[in-house]
Parts: sequence; structure tokens; C-alpha cells
Amino acid sequence: MGHGLTFDVAHLLAGGLVLVSFLMLTQHRLYALLNAFALQAVLLSLSVTWQANVQNAPHLYVTALIALVFKAIIIPVGLHRIIQRLGIHREIETVIGSGTTMLAGMGLVALSMTVMLKVTPTADPLAREDLAFALSVVLLGLLMMVTRRNAVSQVVGFMSLENGLVLAGTGARGMPLVVEISVAFSILIAFFVIGVFLFRIRERFDTVDLQALDRFRGERR
Amino acid sequence: MMFLASDGVLAILVIPVVAAAILSLLPGYRISARLNVLASALTFAASLSLFFADHTEPGRYLFVDDLNIAFIVLNTFIGFTTSVFSASYIGHELKTGRLTPTYLRFYHAMYQAMMGGMNLALTANNIGLIWVGIELATLTTVLMVGIYRTHEALEAAWKYFILASVGIGLALFGTILVYMAALPVVGEGVNGMVWTVLLTQAAHFDPALINVAFIFLLLGYGTKVGLAPLHAWLPDAHAEGPTPISAVLSGLLLNVALYAVLRFKILLAANPSAVASGPLLMLLGLVSLVFAAFMLYRRRDIKRLFAYSSIEHMGIIAFAFGMGGPVANFAGLLHMAMHSLTKSGIFFAVGHVTQVKGTQKVADIRGLTETHPWLGWSLVIGVVAIAGLPPFGVFMSEFLVISSAFAREPWLALLVVLGILLALGALFYHLNGIAFGEPTGSTSPSDASYVPMIVHFGLVLTAGIFLPPMLVAWFRHVADILG
Repeated sequence: MGHGLTFDVAHLLAGGLVLVSFLMLTQHRLYALLNAFALQAVLLSLSVTWQANVQNAPHLYVTALIALVFKAIIIPVGLHRIIQRLGIHREIETVIGSGTTMLAGMGLVALSMTVMLKVTPTADPLAREDLAFALSVVLLGLLMMVTRRNAVSQVVGFMSLENGLVLAGTGARGMPLVVEISVAFSILIAFFVIGVFLFRIRERFDTVDLQALDRFRGERR
Repeated sequence: MMFLASDGVLAILVIPVVAAAILSLLPGYRISARLNVLASALTFAASLSLFFADHTEPGRYLFVDDLNIAFIVLNTFIGFTTSVFSASYIGHELKTGRLTPTYLRFYHAMYQAMMGGMNLALTANNIGLIWVGIELATLTTVLMVGIYRTHEALEAAWKYFILASVGIGLALFGTILVYMAALPVVGEGVNGMVWTVLLTQAAHFDPALINVAFIFLLLGYGTKVGLAPLHAWLPDAHAEGPTPISAVLSGLLLNVALYAVLRFKILLAANPSAVASGPLLMLLGLVSLVFAAFMLYRRRDIKRLFAYSSIEHMGIIAFAFGMGGPVANFAGLLHMAMHSLTKSGIFFAVGHVTQVKGTQKVADIRGLTETHPWLGWSLVIGVVAIAGLPPFGVFMSEFLVISSAFAREPWLALLVVLGILLALGALFYHLNGIAFGEPTGSTSPSDASYVPMIVHFGLVLTAGIFLPPMLVAWFRHVADILG
């Protein structure tokens, strides 16, 4: 279990995921955002493949395949269609400017590095760094969900968060398959749910902007 | 391999799944409403059989111990009474055209799927499986909250979905961290996620890692419990979904999420160098209690009003469990049971009230005791009970929480008393108009089924006057497990 190449490749791929997360934070157009998400899914798939190779855990190849087919192809294509059908390929409205968002994102990454590296001194170094990167991706996904107002980009933020979770789950050596399947399954359901919602929202208000929904606060009738 | 702890466990998982499958295919609403009741009743009966099953050997995926039996029986009982209420409620919704038969089919299937998910979370001996169960129950309730497809319902469902997903994501990350902490001690594979195995080895876990894991789990599952400041989804989801769903959300789902937090709290307590999880839970509990008590005053929507009251009570329960020790844990358990029974009973009454009056606005529901004496007085009884007045069970459990708090943390106890009194004032302020104001709106008789309501309030009253020694012994024992 030498550190050399094994370590560097895992590091590179996991670090790439974090970088793409930053890329997604700054994308102001929905199509570009979807492309960035697809890129992240490809990187995730590569990273999981590498983990499967390193850990000698063939079942992880399934997870990698799910990430590649489902997240890098089916979902981006599907959302692309939805965006087209709804005619909302304009700019994304952000609540706070991209400069502030980037700064907040950097803060979150610093936070997750400090926390995770500090609490896991005894853990396997490969898993340890993976976990730190994974937490960064999770927090950046969360940040994206908070700063975006558009329903589609919130969904993308959520799926990017799930990418971080898969990275963490596969980084943990020998984690039972139960969890990987459940993650994939939850995304499937999530997509289904979201699809239903998007469909309904379009049908009802001809918009997927959540600010339009916010007008109908329950207290004000 | 010991896969199943007993047949009873199998039954409470399989019955809802089979019922959900059948209900999704059945057309007519009468038959499916009845089947829904029947399936829930069978599940409840199966849960009672758990008392007699021997549960000495926990399985790797499922198990039954004295802690989760209490939760399962409460869960399936309220699931059953709510299905009875739902049958009469849903008939009315169909008549007024708010729901179509297709949606009803979907509704009943989802109801059973949700019960199955909650039972899975409660019987799981595997921290991954707990997560899957809660996830399943959450997604089904999201779909049901949005079932009316109005602006408000969609907004509520969306908000619920986003916040719940974030919560569930954090909880999964916490679960992975627990596995990581167990890895050097327990080894690779399934055993690293089996709760009973983790418990025996927890003392050897890296304390820093398990502390961080607990923070994630507390925030993640805490979102589901509705603890402030993570509660934003709860009032909307309660107000906009069908009322039976409000009843099971308040009465059941919040408890199940709290159960998950408690399981991890026990795990953390088994590690001597890990941080004490109690104060965190107490803090979140107190914030929820006081915040919700203030929020109760300016509510204009009757379901929203009682949703905030649920946040308040989950705060009290979290505070009690956070304090820990035999008395406070006992009080927490009792309060949880009493709150579930009372709150779902109140929602049964509220459901019928909003149907006969055709509105959820507090300002338009006046003088109920004159126009609909049965509904009006039931609501009065429910509110008196939930406000914590004697002779109801909630009084007793709140009294226990406060007295044990005074014995240990007098200053915090003052805050608890303040919160409870504030909430009492707010509830009575609203109740006065609702029950005794100048009658308005429709006076047409209600075709409500009063039985579930009466059973719930009857049980709460009985518990307030006389708590069976058997139950006391049981809760004492469970309180000891909770540490």
C-alpha cells in the first residue's frame, strides 16, 4: 500500500471534484451549469473506479457505472430537455454576487479541510483526504442550493451534494453495498420527485422560479 | 445467518409493503380506504406480538429491543387510528372535488409506504438501514404534502423536499463518519454498521471522529425532528397537506427522527472520551421551545398554529432526553407518547372542523361549541390537554420534565417554564375565539367519525389520572437504556 501513485491519482480526482464544484458555483447559465455537473459526474465515476481498483472492491465498479450512466448522461440530458421545454435558458438569478459566493465557498473548503484532517489522524491517509474533499463537495453543493433561486439549479446543487456523499461512501474502505445502492436509489427517486414537481410547477405557473412560489406564503391570504 | 429477529418484525414490514402494492392497483375509494384501515390494524396487531417474541439475539439488519418496541407500538397504533380518521376525511375531500380518485389511489399507497418506511427505521439494527427507512418515509410524505397541487401546497412540498434532502444528506455523511470511526476497531464489512456491534466497541472509537459524526447526525436528523432553527419546512408541510398527513407527521415522523438521534446519542455515551451529547440536544430543545412559544401568538392558520405547537413539544422532549438520567428520560418518553396521542387527536378534530367550515383561517372559525358541539368540545379538550393542564397526561410529563430540570439546572428550568406558559397563553388566546366566539360560517352537521379522537383523548386522560404500573416499569427500563 505505497503512497506514491495510488495516493496522487485519488487526490487528483477528488480534488477535481471540488474544483468543478467551484466551477458550478460561478456558472450563470443553466446549460453551462448542467455541463459542469456532467463533468463532475464523470470525475466522480473515475474516482470511484480508482477506489474500486485500489481497494480491490469490484462492487464499486457498479457504483462508478451508475454515476457515469445516470448522473453524467441521463440526468443532464433530461434536465436539458426540461429547460428547453420550459424555455428558461436565460441567466440564473443569484441571491448574492458570485464574488461573495466564491469567498464563502473557499471558507467552507478551508473549514472542511481543517475539521476532517484534524479529527482523522488515525484513519487510513487515503480515506482521510478523500473524506475532506467529500465534505467540501457536500458543503459547496449546500451553498449552491442556498444561493440559487431557480428550481433547476437547486436540483443540480442537491445532486452535486449527493456526489460528495458517494465520494465519501466509496472512500470508506469496505463500506457495505447497501449504502451505495441506497444512494443511487435515492437519486432516482429524487429525480422522479423533482420531475413531478417541475412538471406540475410548469403546468400551474409557467415558471420554475422559486421566487414566484415565495409570493404565495401561507400566512398571507 | 440471523437475518430476522422474529416473525412479528417481518410482519410489520411486509404488511405495509404488500398493502401499498395492492392499494396502488385498487380503483374504488371505499374499498381502498377500508383496506388501508385493515392493513394498519394488522400492522398494529403484529407490533403487539413483539411484546411476546423473544428478542435476545439481534440480527445484523433488524432487531427488537425494549427501546424500539415502545416506539413501534406507538407508531403503529397512531398509524391505525389515523387511517380510520383518514377514511372519513378523504370521503369528504372526494365529495368536494379537492381530490380525484386517481390521486386517492396514490394517497393510500403512499400512506402504507410511509408506514413501512417508518417501521423499517425503527426496527433497523443497521445505521445505514435506519437512514434508508427515514429517507423513504420522508419522500412519501413530500409527495403527499403536495397532493392538492395548489400554489401553497407546491411551495410547501418543495420547501420540505429541499430542506429534508439537505438534512438527509448530512445524516448520511454522519453515518459514513461513524463507519469510518468503527473501521479500525470493528473491521471492514457489514459489522461496521450494525448498531449493537458498534455499541459494544464504541469505547475504542476515535473520540474526535465520532464527535464530528454526531454533529452531522444531529443536524441531519434534527431537521426531521423540526428543531429550531432547522424547522422551516414543518409549518408549511403541516398546513398545506391533507390533515391525516399533518397528524402522522406530528405524531409519528418527528418521533422516528428523534429515535434515530437517540440511538446515536447512546452510541456516543458509550465512549468515555467523546463529548457529552446532552447539552447540544438541550440547547436545540430550549431554542425550539421558546421560539415556537412566541411564534404561536400571531398564527392565522389553524393547522399552522398546531404545527408550531409540535415544534414546541419536540423542543421539550429533546430537552428532556438531552438532560438524561432516569427521571428526565422517563419524562421525555412519557411526553413523547402523550404529545403524539394528543396532537394527532387535535389534528383529527381540526381536519373535520376545516371541512365543515371550509376554511383554515382562525379568524373565520368562531363559536364552534355552539355550531358543532362535539367537534368544538373535543377541540377544547385537546387544547387543554396539549397546553399541559391537569388532569391530562401531558401535565404529568411536563411536570416531571420541569421538576427534574429544577433539581439539576434551575436556570434552564425557568426557561422551560417560561416557554410552556407562553405557549399556554397563546393557545388559550386562540381557543377562546375558536370555541366560544360569536358563531360564524356553516352550521351544517358534520359527518365526522369521532371514535379515533375520543380514543386518543381518552388515553391521554387515563394516563393523566392513572398510569398502569406495567407501563411505568417498562418506561423506567427504557429510560435506563437511554442512560
